[in-house]
Amino acid sequence: MRLMLAATLLGAAAVAVAAPKGGKVNESAVTGAGFAASLSDYGFFADPAAQRPAAGVTPYRIQTPLWSDGAEKLRFVYLPAGTKAKAQGDGLLDLPVGAALIKTFKLEGRLIETRVLLHRAEGWVALPYQWNREQTEARLALAGARLELTTPQGQAISYAIPNKNQCKECHQHKDAVVPIGPKARNLSAAWLTSFHKAGKLDAVPSVSSRLPLWEDRAKLAAAPVARGWLDSNCAHCHNPAGSASNSGLDLRWEQSDPIALGINKRPVAAGRGSGGLEFDVLPGHPEQSIMIYRMGSLEGGISMPEVGRSSIDPDGQAAVTRWIREMKQ
Amino acid sequence: MRMPATLIAAATALALAAPAYAKVIPVPAGDNAQGRLQEALILAAPGDVVELGAGRFVLTDGLSLDVKGVTVRGAGMEATVLDFSGQKGAGEGLLVTSDEVTLRDFAVENTKGDGIKSKGADNIVYYRVRVTWTGGARTTNGAYGIYPVESAGVLIDGCKVSGASDAGIYVGQSKAITVRYNVVENNVAGIEIENSRDAWVGGNLATRNTGGILVFDLPNLPVMGGGNSLIEDNLVIANDTPNFAPKGNIVAGVPTGTGIMIMANKGVLIEGNTLIENGTAQIMVVAYPNSFNDKSYNPLPRNVTIGENRVTGGGDKPQFPGGAQLVAELGPLPAVLWDGLGVPLDTLSVSGRHHVLSLNLPAQGAGTEKAKPELAHLPPPSKAFDRTGVGAPVALDARITR
Repeated sequence: MRLMLAATLLGAAAVAVAAPKGGKVNESAVTGAGFAASLSDYGFFADPAAQRPAAGVTPYRIQTPLWSDGAEKLRFVYLPAGTKAKAQGDGLLDLPVGAALIKTFKLEGRLIETRVLLHRAEGWVALPYQWNREQTEARLALAGARLELTTPQGQAISYAIPNKNQCKECHQHKDAVVPIGPKARNLSAAWLTSFHKAGKLDAVPSVSSRLPLWEDRAKLAAAPVARGWLDSNCAHCHNPAGSASNSGLDLRWEQSDPIALGINKRPVAAGRGSGGLEFDVLPGHPEQSIMIYRMGSLEGGISMPEVGRSSIDPDGQAAVTRWIREMKQ
Repeated sequence: MRMPATLIAAATALALAAPAYAKVIPVPAGDNAQGRLQEALILAAPGDVVELGAGRFVLTDGLSLDVKGVTVRGAGMEATVLDFSGQKGAGEGLLVTSDEVTLRDFAVENTKGDGIKSKGADNIVYYRVRVTWTGGARTTNGAYGIYPVESAGVLIDGCKVSGASDAGIYVGQSKAITVRYNVVENNVAGIEIENSRDAWVGGNLATRNTGGILVFDLPNLPVMGGGNSLIEDNLVIANDTPNFAPKGNIVAGVPTGTGIMIMANKGVLIEGNTLIENGTAQIMVVAYPNSFNDKSYNPLPRNVTIGENRVTGGGDKPQFPGGAQLVAELGPLPAVLWDGLGVPLDTLSVSGRHHVLSLNLPAQGAGTEKAKPELAHLPPPSKAFDRTGVGAPVALDARITR
């Protein structure tokens, strides 16, 4: 019923796009107007259910990822034939108009949703697609959805597929929508080199400071692990051009001002998100730090990040807790 | 042909209100309100009106609007209710991130976080919107009822907010602001203007809050240097609700019984207000009290002018350490309470009609235990307040039809 209603309402905006044949990406679906009703309209996958990419679609991973209820994520970048991404130092790869980023979320051993970022002439467009039970098709979920799912940790949650506006909440830079993940500093040197060798990247960027590989966190110092996690999980909003700019909290990897990072910083508009605590980060005292309190909450108005999770990230919380505990007072 | 000015204004208003291809998108209450309403908000085109039907919209998540020039209009603040009692996620009930939006004639109830937030949303109008936490004053209520931030051009008119655990109407890091004819009741702060400039706060009723109307400037924020604002012709009456803000927030330090409070800021006029029975202080002017590390921040109030206000009672139950003792010695405190911090002749001028008690604090950050209270003699207002550029752009009035 819900889907039917959605389909009716979407009639005007959705574009009918002929399904491509033979595993070739449908460039007009990426760059044309409107929103394709089905993920298959784009032709990003030769075998969608198996997530086997079509020609021109390259899988990648990032060093320290955004945590999403423990979902396994499959990431792909599509570049139109004959185009190249441009390296920009440590920062985001500059992807040409016509490019797309595709991210599929897997839980309970099945595909749940695929989010796409399409680079159109007027800017990036972010759209969510929800997979059906049969795993044969993913349909546009413009208004988002809630699903009863179980996390890999065995926790029953109300999983949220973000709506189109919520996509922008995280992907916002000033008034524009921008990618978050594929920054050179959050990609491995090996992948960047192979992407360059494949003729898809103009040069291998020399990265001055790379985020750690998340799986290596136990072997690494507390600060880079925690700061990497904060960069990937918080800084897309908590930066001077992001959705949470008004908080004055800036959790980007390159930030070095202690106050901007929340250290001995008082809350501004936290409301009950303060948890009765005085500072975002109180050195040596994770239990008295608002940051840890909000990471550990699932309540609307308290929990951080505000969108994109319905359970607590135990490893992220441990990493940030360790960083604050070891911090000199 | 000469057109009378009123007709021209009306024609302009119509042109603004109804762009060529504007359409009305009706959204009735009923099943799957979340999906239907959110889709309407996403698919609306600039100039469209999303028309909410009468009834209760049962919502499960936050809503958001990111299309310029859209009007969201209900059937009245009692008739159309967006009910967020079962909200599972998001930091607010409705989030607006586009410019030139009008929100009118509906209510938002029981959001988990803030009621309605508009961020970076220039020229926004909130008209006859109600935001209520129906359980009354509770620490577990959301922080702000109506919450525009980082915006230029804000008009909030005829709204009602109650139950906010921080501020009923909170305007932050914005400029060109009008907050008028609203009723704010039973919040921690009734109205709070923070790190903002060019605000006109007039003709509001603030009662039964912890503090009625606050004008603050805080450190370590992207936008600082608040001021050039008028607090005028408001009714600020019996703000006596015990402070229920969660600790850590700046308003948690506002004493119960505060009428109008200015903290830091440069250039504020307080005039023509009716202040009745605010037990701590009818008008309070203070420096930012906490330690801070921000070289660009000035914690002192400057150029604050208190003109003639109508003051009845109050100052009889001051809720700060040593307050009761002061009343025992002096009787009820005078209309104006000043912490004594600031540069003499630069900080504060007060109409001869009002007496001022200075706490004579020795330095910024000192506690009231260090106070040496005495009556202060301050110069009377010497020049008229320059109102140029204060308040929301006049063009926003065209979106209001009374």
